[in-house]
Amino acid sequence: MTPTIAAMDGNEAAAYVAHRTNEVIAIYPITPSSPMGEHADAWSSEGICNIWGGVPSVTEMQSEGGAAGAVHGALQAGALTTTFTASQGLLLMIPNMYKIAGELLPTVFHVAARTVATHALSIFCDHSDVMAARQTGFAMLASSSVQEVMDFALIAQAATLKSRIPFLHFFDGFRTSHEIARIEVLSDPVIRGMIDEAWVRNHKLRAMSPDHPSLRGTSQNPDVFFQCREACNPFYAEGPGIVREMMDRFAKLTGRKYGLFDYSGHPEAERVIVAMGSGAETAGETTRFLAGRGEKVGVVRVRLYRPFDVKGFVECLPPTTGRIAVLDRTKEPGGVGEPLYLDVMAALAEGVAEHPGRFQKFPRVTGGRYGLSSKEFTPSMVKAVFDELGKDRPKNHFTVGIRDDVTHTSLDFDPEFSLEQDGVVRAMFFGLGADGTVGANKNSIKIIAEETPNFAQGYFVYDSRKAGSVTISHLRFGPRPISASYLIESANFIGCHQFNFLDRIEMLDKAAPGATFLLNSPYSAEEVWDHLPCEVQKPIREKGLKFYVIDAYGVAREAGMGQRINTIMQTCFFSISGVLPREEAMASIKKSIEKTYGSKGREVVEKNFQVVDRAVANLHPVEVPVGVGWRGRPAPVPDIAPDFVRRVTAIMLAGQGDQLPVSAFPPDGTWPTGTARWEKRNIALEIPIWDSGVCIQCNKCALVCPHAAIRVKVFDSPAPGAAPDSFLPVDYKGPEYAGKQYAVQVAPEDCTGCGVCVDVCPAKNKSVPRLKAINMLPHAEHVDRERVNYEFFLGLPDPDRESVHVDSVKGPQFMVPLFEYSGACSGCGETPYLKLLSQLFGDRLLIANATGCSSIYGGNLPTTPWTTNAEGRGPAWANSLFEDNAEFGLGFRLAVDRHQDQARRLLTALEPEFGSGRVRQILEAPQATEEDIKIQRNRVADLKEHLKTSRQAEAERLVPLADYLVDKSVWIVGGDGWAYDIGFGGLDHVLWSGKNVNILVLDTMVYSNTGGQMSKSTPLGAVAKFAADGKGVPRKNLGQMVMAYGHCYVAQVALGARDIQTVKAFLEAERYPGPSIIIAYSQCIAHGINMTIGMQHQKAAVESGFWPLYRYNPMNLAKGENPLHLDSKSPQKKLRDFMNMETRFRVLGFMDPDRQSELLEAAEAESAQYWDYLEKLAGLDFSNQVAGGTPQSKSE
Amino acid sequence: MDLKTTYLGFELEHPLAPSASPLTGDVDMLKILEDNGASLVVLHSLFEEQIEHHQKLSEHFINLGTECFAESLTYFPPLEELDHGTEEYLDLVRRAKEALSIPVVASLNGSHSGDWTHTARLIESAGADALELNIYYLAMDMEETGEAVERRYLDTLKAVKSEVGLPVTVKLSPFFSSPSHMAHRLVEGGANGLSLFNRFYQPDILIEELEHYPHLELSDSRDLRLTLRWLAVLYGRIACPLAATSGIHTVEDVVKAVMAGASVAHLCSALLKNGPGHINSLKKQLLEWMESHEYESLGQMRGCMSRMNCPNPAALERANYMRTLYSW
Repeated sequence: MTPTIAAMDGNEAAAYVAHRTNEVIAIYPITPSSPMGEHADAWSSEGICNIWGGVPSVTEMQSEGGAAGAVHGALQAGALTTTFTASQGLLLMIPNMYKIAGELLPTVFHVAARTVATHALSIFCDHSDVMAARQTGFAMLASSSVQEVMDFALIAQAATLKSRIPFLHFFDGFRTSHEIARIEVLSDPVIRGMIDEAWVRNHKLRAMSPDHPSLRGTSQNPDVFFQCREACNPFYAEGPGIVREMMDRFAKLTGRKYGLFDYSGHPEAERVIVAMGSGAETAGETTRFLAGRGEKVGVVRVRLYRPFDVKGFVECLPPTTGRIAVLDRTKEPGGVGEPLYLDVMAALAEGVAEHPGRFQKFPRVTGGRYGLSSKEFTPSMVKAVFDELGKDRPKNHFTVGIRDDVTHTSLDFDPEFSLEQDGVVRAMFFGLGADGTVGANKNSIKIIAEETPNFAQGYFVYDSRKAGSVTISHLRFGPRPISASYLIESANFIGCHQFNFLDRIEMLDKAAPGATFLLNSPYSAEEVWDHLPCEVQKPIREKGLKFYVIDAYGVAREAGMGQRINTIMQTCFFSISGVLPREEAMASIKKSIEKTYGSKGREVVEKNFQVVDRAVANLHPVEVPVGVGWRGRPAPVPDIAPDFVRRVTAIMLAGQGDQLPVSAFPPDGTWPTGTARWEKRNIALEIPIWDSGVCIQCNKCALVCPHAAIRVKVFDSPAPGAAPDSFLPVDYKGPEYAGKQYAVQVAPEDCTGCGVCVDVCPAKNKSVPRLKAINMLPHAEHVDRERVNYEFFLGLPDPDRESVHVDSVKGPQFMVPLFEYSGACSGCGETPYLKLLSQLFGDRLLIANATGCSSIYGGNLPTTPWTTNAEGRGPAWANSLFEDNAEFGLGFRLAVDRHQDQARRLLTALEPEFGSGRVRQILEAPQATEEDIKIQRNRVADLKEHLKTSRQAEAERLVPLADYLVDKSVWIVGGDGWAYDIGFGGLDHVLWSGKNVNILVLDTMVYSNTGGQMSKSTPLGAVAKFAADGKGVPRKNLGQMVMAYGHCYVAQVALGARDIQTVKAFLEAERYPGPSIIIAYSQCIAHGINMTIGMQHQKAAVESGFWPLYRYNPMNLAKGENPLHLDSKSPQKKLRDFMNMETRFRVLGFMDPDRQSELLEAAEAESAQYWDYLEKLAGLDFSNQVAGGTPQSKSE
Repeated sequence: MDLKTTYLGFELEHPLAPSASPLTGDVDMLKILEDNGASLVVLHSLFEEQIEHHQKLSEHFINLGTECFAESLTYFPPLEELDHGTEEYLDLVRRAKEALSIPVVASLNGSHSGDWTHTARLIESAGADALELNIYYLAMDMEETGEAVERRYLDTLKAVKSEVGLPVTVKLSPFFSSPSHMAHRLVEGGANGLSLFNRFYQPDILIEELEHYPHLELSDSRDLRLTLRWLAVLYGRIACPLAATSGIHTVEDVVKAVMAGASVAHLCSALLKNGPGHINSLKKQLLEWMESHEYESLGQMRGCMSRMNCPNPAALERANYMRTLYSW
């Protein structure tokens, strides 16, 4: 039977087998494994069956711990069960993994291996997660390519059922999980051929059942536990043999042969590398090349890592082996070496002890680390390892791929050494996330892999920013299988889809001599040369590149395709790359268009066909002139940037972070704040420009700006001639700053062009009402002028914080935002809340930030948005994990309280010396207002001056603590995935604790950062991943649950609906001396809305009763008032009208109108019921009630 | 008394037929309308926006922000082919045909040529007895000639007629330089009926907010005047039956419409205001009126006040306008 060929990535390959061979799937999303669960859920939603004819149930849990528990339970109850995870997720599963293995329950956990967070989080690949699970008793099988992922998923499934040992099947996150490759898809007969029904039957017979009851999970004592633990030994002893048997059976069915350890290379190799995962592919490819040159080198690919087959390992090595380098993709600080290295050492010792004559002499073994956090691992690095092994005293515990100039572990490698094969088309594409480049490339891979005999590989590198993100696609096509599991080092085609990239991204350094360079250019073939920076002109000339241009945006405009240039650039690629004969390529593209748009009618298809034809007609070769110009690229950061920013950040911004040595970095993960201000991204096509004549000075534009890119200020008139001519402030309207001037100013290079500010602007031009007090105008036409204005604006003094009427919408906007220019999505609904937080309390703020969107735009390098004020004060920010954030923040509070307590005691001890009056003043000072804080800071400054001269021991101890005499504001920030799901246990406990912490839930009602999975906040009727048919139960009412405690301040807010209520809630929460929680409506790109009008959506959500606004302040009880205050009116708008505004709800009607109708009705009933309840609660008379539930810290 | 009438090739018991409205989008209500005497029903319209605009919009938002950031390459689950109303509409057609014994006319509403033929074919396959093309177009482009605007209508009709075999009626707007000529060309182009007229919802201005506001007002009997004039002008001069729509509320309105030349009197606002029972009530009143005025059949009455038959055709022409002023 001819095997089915398909282009797919590793995640899909694993999920395919898992879904075909299981009955229950319990998961929790985590990058980069999330797509496995999503695929499985989608297939089950479509009714796709497993090989036994049942549709597997896919359940999203509240955490990986929960998923593992559900898996454990389902296994005990006899279901074939699996899960998918990575990184911290796997670590959370470990307790259950011990149980599952201890109970010999057959299962396969498919893991897209990812770095475990240490000094920093990383979503990328290494083996620190799987290595952390190696002691659980799970067998561990490593795949190193997409084909192997599919094959090993099945081999693991068969082996676990036969052996009863649970399996951890892992492959490299992103490199393999997200690499698209042409593979042979396993057919049902092959899958059935691998799994004996008897194994399945036996598993079911072992299931818990009251019909043949048993008891598991006993508590054992010293008399028997040990013996019982050893009772499983025979299973592990047989494990490797069973895996080998399954591999042999698989080979008979498919022709693809695998071993527990696969050796390749010279038969008399002297130097051998041992590795696992995709790195082993690279090692294998390099070894083939070197051995072909006669070098006596070889490589052992470790497939089955646990149970480790000592005999098999030793036997696979050539007897000539003299030197072995063991490569670990993990780091175990303080250990003798990394895990695989230690296993190899022990295995050799054992093996040689058993067979002393196996090797000519005991091989010298060294260990090294490579590829942490997806650091590239290339043939040149493999060669460097072999070269090192050839030295008299090869370095041990080395690193390769970095430059370690601190402890000098690194090996030098030759970046020029490359194994890119002839006959392989190697194409790189530089695009914007929004321009469809990646989608078009994925389509190209499908065309070539599935419709031609060629092999194909695609790998995509994404930006660390969500708005205006750059994508780099790496595509290889060729007649032979492609095993290069690293980025393209020498491209014979480079496509630049955005002209402005030329000024900031180095791309032609990857161009091979004579390569083709395709540029989307607004300039014609005759004009373009003079518009190129010399860094681009030079390689075009020197490498003799074939240079083509097309005005893709022009073609798209003419064809009525808007900004969609993907088909145009794809056509150009096929037209000039030679990957397929031109006619065949054009026919394939058109076929693909038919397939994609056929259901949308002939007209749409024809329109796309026309685009293809126009693209070809508008593609022009450029005649390269002799001369090279002088215009160079602008520097990534200005010269006035701080030293660290120039030395480190600038290099990272230039895309050269790989070149930075170890010494450039802090050893403990501590980074400076305020670096986003140095990165000028200029990503907006339009920016808001102020019309002072229309402005009513409400400051709403600044309030809602997600990127702090539009600001307001009151100030004294600048000296004549000091301000740029284009800076045109007006008199301030209002008594509080009478006589001062006022300006609204855009940060033109930091604005993302979302337009939210213009949308909320309430002032309309009376003659031309489509114009407002700020209007979106072309960036290119205004940036130069506004840049000068903004620089001047920033230099103007800010009003004193104590002069600001803080309890208003307008006032806080005169306080400097200490959260600016983040990498959040354009129009993000979360960041305005954080900006407000930073304005209100930023100079005394500690933030514990749960992992999620806010930790990514808040802390993802190269630049970060949290910053400092003119005095150098600003938010201190840290991210621990996803699941522990409330506890992490509580830790801040506990520490601050202890510091404050200690400082107060030490200060009291210094009373004789410092003066009783001054001490009392400090200890008894009120700190409720900005003025109070300022006075207290002055007192503390006075104290610190005194401490410098004091000789008292208490004074010395007080020095690091004195600043704690000024109150600190502890905020715990995160999204709904954290607060409602994975972190709820901790959140609940922290709220219960009564401690003075403030919790801000940025509630997007979906897992935004990992791509739109359902959370317990996802509303009834919304479509999300794992709720493809609309969520059938209402969202968890977190606010109501917390109110039930009685001692917590609770607010539900929506900035776009009632901004003043939001400001009040922040102030009240901070002032409340116990735990407080604010649940903030945050519109998100995952809602499927126009983000420009996100604030209108908030308003509609409130007006329809979807999102009631309230504040619950227990302190009201003491005044005999109802603690609950409703801040929104009873619904004036139909809930369904709001829901129909958003794709997340609306899309269900396009798929299943009956289901939508049913859920809409249920949502309306639920919403009406809750509003009625809230109204009744808010209407209760508390005048005769005694205050209860007093916060603990208050009573303290 | 013979109230029978023929429209689009169907012999109807009487001329009272609900037009496309929210009432005709639900099979249960359609059944109620039939039970209350409707002789034919026009289903609520499948809007071009519904098919194309919503489709594009949903696809745009589903794809917004995708393939940008490594952790969130998509934001929605892989959704099966989204159906933006077509399938739901076809299902309505199918179920309406199963539930009703009166003719079921489907309605397509749009302003651009688009992919109407594709949808019309699906509607025919779903079993509709006829199709009403509700073509509206607000000509705002100064470069576009009246001839080009008319061409849009004719092209759309032609495209649909070339693909489907069922009777097609066109619901017209009154805004043509030469409505008679346009009607003539449509009939030449294959229209099996004309429905006069489409009533546009006119936006209002909110003077505080400085915004236009889409204002929906139900018709009243005064809205029938425009229709009456052009029914009267066209009756007997073009080779297709005419339907009157907009402003038929009372029995007098029905009588006027028939006298002007209508084969069918469509009801919308009247049913929204008075409920489905209004059909039987009107039918009863029509019988009484015709009996009291000694008409024997509807056919006898139809077109009696058309331009061709009326005693004072000049009253329908410009002079009428002048006299109205003089008589004020």
